[in-house]
Order: sequence, then structure tokens, then C-alpha cells
Amino acid sequence: MTETHTLSVLVEDKPGVLARVSGLFSRRGFNIISLAVGQTETPGISRMTIVVSVEDFPLEQVTKQLNKLINVIKIVELEPTASVQRELLLVKVRADASVRSQVLETVQLFRAKVVDVAPEALTVEATGTMDKLNALLRMLEPYGIREMVQSGMVAVGRGPRSITATSAR
Amino acid sequence: MTTATPRPGTPGPKPAPPPGRAGVPAGRQNGAPGQRPDVVPGPRSGPEQVTGAQSLVRSLESIGCDTVFGIPGGAILPAYDPLLDSTSVRHVLVRHEQGAGHAATGYAQATGKVGVCMATSGPGATNLITPLADAHMDSVPVVAITGQVARPLIGTDAFQEADITGITMPVTKHNMLVTDAAEIPRAIAEAFHLAATGRPGPVLVDISKDALQARTTFSWPPELKLPGYRPTTRPHGKQIREAARLIAAARKPVLYVGGGVLKAEASAELRELAELTNIPVVTTLMARGAFPDSHPQHVGMPGMHGTVSAVGAMQKSDLLVALGARFDDRVTGQLASFAPDAKIVHADIDPAEISKNRRADVPIVGDCKEILTELIEAVRAERENHVADLSAWWGQLDHWRTTFPLGYDWPDDGSLSPQYVIERIGAIAGPEALYAAGVGQHQMWAAQFVKYENPRTWLNSGGLGTMGYAVPAAMGAKTGAPDKVVWAIDGDGCFQMTNQELATCAIEGIPIKVAVINNGNLGMVRQWQTLFYSERYSNTDLGTHKHRIPDFTLLAEAMGCVGLRAESKDDVDRVIRQAMEINDQPVVIDFTVGADAQVWPMVAAGTGNDEVMAARNIRPLFEGDELSAGVDEVSEVTERALEDGASDD
Repeated sequence: MTETHTLSVLVEDKPGVLARVSGLFSRRGFNIISLAVGQTETPGISRMTIVVSVEDFPLEQVTKQLNKLINVIKIVELEPTASVQRELLLVKVRADASVRSQVLETVQLFRAKVVDVAPEALTVEATGTMDKLNALLRMLEPYGIREMVQSGMVAVGRGPRSITATSAR
Repeated sequence: MTTATPRPGTPGPKPAPPPGRAGVPAGRQNGAPGQRPDVVPGPRSGPEQVTGAQSLVRSLESIGCDTVFGIPGGAILPAYDPLLDSTSVRHVLVRHEQGAGHAATGYAQATGKVGVCMATSGPGATNLITPLADAHMDSVPVVAITGQVARPLIGTDAFQEADITGITMPVTKHNMLVTDAAEIPRAIAEAFHLAATGRPGPVLVDISKDALQARTTFSWPPELKLPGYRPTTRPHGKQIREAARLIAAARKPVLYVGGGVLKAEASAELRELAELTNIPVVTTLMARGAFPDSHPQHVGMPGMHGTVSAVGAMQKSDLLVALGARFDDRVTGQLASFAPDAKIVHADIDPAEISKNRRADVPIVGDCKEILTELIEAVRAERENHVADLSAWWGQLDHWRTTFPLGYDWPDDGSLSPQYVIERIGAIAGPEALYAAGVGQHQMWAAQFVKYENPRTWLNSGGLGTMGYAVPAAMGAKTGAPDKVVWAIDGDGCFQMTNQELATCAIEGIPIKVAVINNGNLGMVRQWQTLFYSERYSNTDLGTHKHRIPDFTLLAEAMGCVGLRAESKDDVDRVIRQAMEINDQPVVIDFTVGADAQVWPMVAAGTGNDEVMAARNIRPLFEGDELSAGVDEVSEVTERALEDGASDD
């Protein structure tokens, strides 16, 4: 399995900043596994959570190049053990009356929930780490997955400290 | 500053402004080195009611910009109206936007100030891409100002619309789209600040036409809002001491000097460190002139066409002190076999360069001038305990220098030697002149056979390798340094890419001198075809010998320049001296030279530097197999490299 790292990147909320980041990754040959962007508690500052695979490049080169982007304010690597990491999954699974109860049992086991019901299908919402969501999908696959969509990973460090607190210097 | 006398019957150039605008000390304006990083230069003024276009011109004036190279067009048109009234900003009307971009680069490289170019939206802006990419690769401070279609039209595929901020993202240090007139002063101030500080580079400011036309308030200086931009200039003391310790202990050290030393204006400090330690110095293609060629410690230019002594020094060294250099593939050759026994001290203002290609043992992030200043102190302290004996090392280096000096043979067919021509230009114009080169054989010979003694006297396209760089860059350099003699040393291929700027030079009173090293071919490509493609000359004959199309002397005259020609050794000095005496007009000399001259030494692409060939089949660094590597063998290696995607010229 390839080595992955989770980077939290604080950026100025300006047009084109996502293109700058994604363009940098593609032209330098860095691999993005997942990318999620959203606002932060500080107006004007967005936060990107980037899961990057570093097979051919040291992580150091990725962060140094990211830091050169003028709109990038701060980069923090979040260790899996010292952070909470979550993805959101919406999956539409085939579930007619004959198997519906089995599907619902699986959904409950994973503490996921059903957000839409139709006679022949259920839509399930689940959050968790990549591993948990993959496990859920493996369980649902035999029933037939009609459609699925996944968010990028978001992550936050454990404990009372905030990575944004010192950024507004 | 003075400007050249215009030719009779042509409109004279706008008088150049006096150096140092009111309130701005000379040499500190326009992002010159030494300026405090976070302070916007320029006199206080405003607030006053103006248009966005006036605000743009006032911003350029306030920041100390004295020259803009550009071409007007629809979207940028509002800006050109107040530009007509500016007494301190001279606009040079070029013939192609690429010329404007390279001229801004040449201006910046010659003066150390930010070069400025301007173009309209769409094709005007896209024509700037090559010079922006060029300035990006060579870290040249350039600000490009482009017009954009009005905001309601953006995104509608409007006439002359191009997403130039999107297009130039990978080839600029930063860029921005301004659609609010109130943002113009800050955008300009930020652009100049970003271009000139940290690792310099090009910045593009795209301004929508409606923003240029809108009413707004101008006041200066604006406040910079760059929370993510904090370049490190002060080096870390611990790393400096560690570097000094390695320097004191090294037996075979080399100072590997790159263009960053020129950008940091650190030549004096470099010389002090070199003389203090007696360490040999190599200057890369981007650093020619950072250390005097005549200095006994200068062992030459390293790299693909470097001297045997410089390549050998790096290969066999036990310590490379890289200063503002980036371990480019053209310097290192095959990375795995580059300087295998060397520890690396890598000093650069860009942390991303450190350990990018070669792992550094001692990384130092900072401005080269500050790094060298602190390193000198640390080395002095270290030397009180211990002074390394470098005499054996110098014995080896001197052996290479005397056995494999730079040289050339006269062509067998009796034609003129291009190396001789370039050597004579350097000798006659001297070390105070500025030299701009295109890309190819003539560029390498100009780097080898002109002797550089001073910083900012050698201008070339190093990283991107942009053919056509020489004429517009020389034009920009001459505009910025009108009292200097400026030579463009160009090839007949390169010259045909951008020679239209000779018309600009003739009309605007910019008397550059152009030496067209006319070998009738795309010479460097032809050299590779000779060496690696069995002399199959596919599409490299330009016909400039065979058909004399174009006739460069007639072309020169048609563009308002003096056209001269030299075809034999006896002509060379005479025409160079004749060109040196013409100071009111650009001069073009067609030096018709042999087609078969080659650039040596050479490290074939994809091979290691140990395989440097002083001349065909002679590999000085391979002891005991003096004539071993036939070209066939090299050819195999190179073909492999080409298949692997290694670049060619």
C-alpha cells in the first residue's frame, strides 16, 4: 500500500485558489487521493484537507511547493493517531422487500442511517474513516450498489489547540 | 540617464526620467535590493478622484517604474490614454508582445529593477506567455499588465477574451485578476513586491476594461495584503556554523555559484569568501559575471558545455557549497553519478529548491548576500583553529586547466570560425559591455569565449532555453542601461524569431548591436544530428547560406539599422570596430561562419558528468582509457536517454 499523508492547508478564500493548488499537484506529478475545501471560523480563510500519496516524492517537497503559492497561508500535517478524520458516503443500494431487513441490519451495524427509501432501493448515509466506509461498501456490494458518491476527507487535530488560531498574526 | 540621438526624420523617444524620483532614493526604488521587504516604495499622495486607468498609471509612477514595453489594444486601451501624459513612465511601443516580455526581462537583468510589460487581452496576453515562462524559469522580476474584457463579458467567449490568469498560473510566481478599480494600486504594489522580493519572478496583473474606465480614488502607498507570503532572508545561525565547519574540514571544496548570487547583488561577498578560503569557484550559465573570469580561483562554467576543470572539480569534490543554484539537469548530468563523494551545503532563498534534486547535508534558506556575509564571519572564526591545505586540490585543478583549456579549431573548409568571432566581440567590446544571447551553439560559445568580469553583463535564457530571446532582451537592457554598449549575440535561427524588434530599436532610439552568428543552420540541433543521428540533417538547414534568404544586411537596412557583413577572418575586427563606432542606430552584422563548428566540451544528455568529452572522443575524467568512448557508445546512451524523455535541444 502506498504511503499517504493528510495535509490541512489554510488558504486565502480567493478565486482560483483551488485551481492553483490542484494545478500544482498535477504539474509536479504529486498524487491527490482526496481533496475537500470549505470555510473556516475565520472569514476570508478557507481550509483544504488534502490526502496525498507520496510514492515518488518526499512529502517535504509537496509542502514546500504548496508553501510557495502566495495564497497558501499555512500547512499542517495531521497524523492519523492525533486527529479525527472523516468522510461522508451516500450510497444507493438495491433493496427490495426480500432483502431490505438484511440491508437495514448492516446499516445499523455501521451506525449509518437511511436517508431515502423507495420500493426497490435504499439510500444510505455514512460517515467515518476511509477504512470504515470501505468496509460498509464491501458489505453492501452483494445486494447491488446502484449509485454512490463520496466526499473528500476532512480532518481536525485532537485536543484543544487550533491550527487557525495563530494564522491571523 | 541619457538617450541616444534619434535618427533624422524619426520621432524622438520620450526623454528618460531622471534617476530617483522625488522622495525615492535612487537605487531603492522599484524593488531594488536592500529595500525593506514590507514597505511599499514611493511618495505619499492622494486621495484624489481619478479613473481606474489613471490610478494604474499613477501607481506605476509612484512605485518608480520608468519604462513599460508594450502594445495597446481594445481592452487595455483606457490605460494608454493617461500613459500619454506621464512624464516619468516611458512607453516603448514594441512590434510583438513577446518582444515586450523579453525586453522587460532584459531590462530587469541589466538593472536589477522590476521590468514591466503591457498588453491587451486575448492574443496580446497569450503572446506574453513565452517570456513569462522564461522569466519564471530564470527568476527574473517582471510585472506584466494585461487588459481583460469588461467584467460582464468575462466567461462569455467575448471578442479577444482569454483566461490569462488561468493560462499563466504555472508560469508566473503569482497572478491576479482585478475587476474593481479601487483594487488597482494595491494590485500593482503587491505585484512589484512579489516580483522583486524572495525568489524573484514574473507576476501578471489582469485588469478588466470596466475597472480601467470606472471612477475611483487613488492614494499611495496602499497596504499590502499578503498573509501567505513571508520569504526568509536571514539564514539560520546553526546552519551557517555547520557550513563553516564543513568548509574548514574539506580537502576538495568547490563554490558552486548560481544566478541567485547575481540577484542578491552578492558578488563582492562571494569574492571575499572565495579569497578568504582559497576555494575554487565555478559559475553556472546563469551566474556568468558573478565572479570575475580573470580571477585565478575561477575554474570555469560547469554543466553540459562547461569546462573540463569546472565539471571535473564538481565531480571529484568532497564539498559543494551551492549558492543560489538549483542543481539543474544541465549542470548535474545524470543525477545518480553527479559529484558522488561530495557533501552538499545548499544555500537558496527558495526552500523548495533545497534537496529537490540532490539531498543537502546542510540546508541554508536565506538571501545569498546575508548568507555570504554571515558565512564569512563564521569561516573566519573557524579558521582561527584550523586552515585546510588545498594545494593538492589546486594541483589537480591546474592540471585540468592547462591540459584541457577551452579552445576551438578553425574549420577545414576555410570558412570563418564562429568561436573566433565571438571571442573578438568580447575582446573588443570589453568587460563593461552587456551581452545578450539567444539559445543554441552561439549561446554556449558566448558563455565560453566572452570573458565576464562584472555582474549583470551576461543576459541569456537559461532555464527555458527560449530561442529569440537575444534581440528583445538586448533592447530592454539598452533601455535600462543606455550608457552601456549592448551586444546581442544571436544565431540565424533565433534572429528570425524576434528580429522585428529592430524596428522598435531604430524608431525609439535604442542603438543595440546584433551579431548574427550565421551558420546557415539550426546549429545546436545539427550538432546533435551529427553526433547522435548519423549525420542525417532533418530540417535544420535554414537556407541562410544556400539561398541567402533573408539577406540579413538588407533586412537590417529595411528596419532602419546599419547592416554589415563579415565572411573571412580579416573582416572580423574591422566590422566589430565599425559597429562600435555607430551609436545613433542599431547595427546588425551578418557573420557568415562555417556550418560544422561544434560546441565542446560536452556531456551528452542522459550521461554522467564523468563522461564529459573535452572534444569528440576525448574523456579526460576517465583515467586510463583516453580515447575509449567512441561516439557510437555515447550515441546509445543518449538514445536511451531520449527514449526516457530526457530533453534535447
